[in-house]
Amino acid sequence: MLHTVNKSSFERNSLQSCLNAIDDTSVILLIEDGVISAANNANSSMLSDLAAQGRVYALQGDVDARGISSKIADNIKLVDYAGFVDLVVEHGTAVSWV
Amino acid sequence: MKFSIQINEGPYQHQASDTAYQFAKAAIAAGHEIFRVFFYHDGVNNASRFTVPPQDDRNVVNQWAELGIKNAEGEPELVVCVAAALRRGMLDESEASKNGVEGNNIHPAFRISGLGQLIEAGIQSDRLVVFGD
Repeated sequence: MLHTVNKSSFERNSLQSCLNAIDDTSVILLIEDGVISAANNANSSMLSDLAAQGRVYALQGDVDARGISSKIADNIKLVDYAGFVDLVVEHGTAVSWV
Repeated sequence: MKFSIQINEGPYQHQASDTAYQFAKAAIAAGHEIFRVFFYHDGVNNASRFTVPPQDDRNVVNQWAELGIKNAEGEPELVVCVAAALRRGMLDESEASKNGVEGNNIHPAFRISGLGQLIEAGIQSDRLVVFGD
C-alpha cells in the first residue's frame, strides 16, 4: 500500500502515526510540507530504516520549492508527478496522512 | 488504469488542489483515465466561476476546467458536493432557484451532486487518491 504524508514532522505527528501503522510491504511518499521530513537533519530512525529498505519517496517539485534539494537524507528516492502516478499504480489506492 | 481524485481544500489556501491537478495531468499524460474528481469540504471553492487571480498567477479553477474531465454523455466529471457547496454559498442555477437565491457561481465545467458520487467513484475506479487535510 502507498501512504502519502503532507505535513512536516515539526508541525504534526502524522508521519509518526503513519510509521506506527504501516505494514512490512507499504511505501511512504512525502508530499507538500511532508518533504521537510526528508531533510537529513529531520528524519527519524524509523524513517531512515524504512528508507534503507528503499521504501521512502519524496516529491521532487515540493523538495525544490522548499530549498532542501541538497539536504535530502540518504536512500530517500525523489520522484516527479509521473513517478507519483506510477507509485499509485504499483502500490494501490493511497492512504493520505494529514 | 481508472483514477478518481478527492480534493478537500480550496484553491490558494492549501497546496492540495495544485498537487491534485499536477497528479491528474501526469496521470492523463501517462495514458490513464480520470473517472471523476470530487470536491468536498472547502474543496468546493475550486468550482467558482468568479475566481479572478492576478494575471501572473495560475488560475486554479480554469486549469481544472481545461482538463475537460467528462463522462461518455458529455457531463462534467468535476463533481462538487452539494451539502458542502450550499453551506459555503456555492450554487448552480438549479440550486439557486430551488433555494430562492439570486445568481449562481458554479463554473460550467463542474457540476453539483451528492456524496453518493464519491462512493461510486471509489467503486468504479481502480484507484482513489485523496488530497488535502
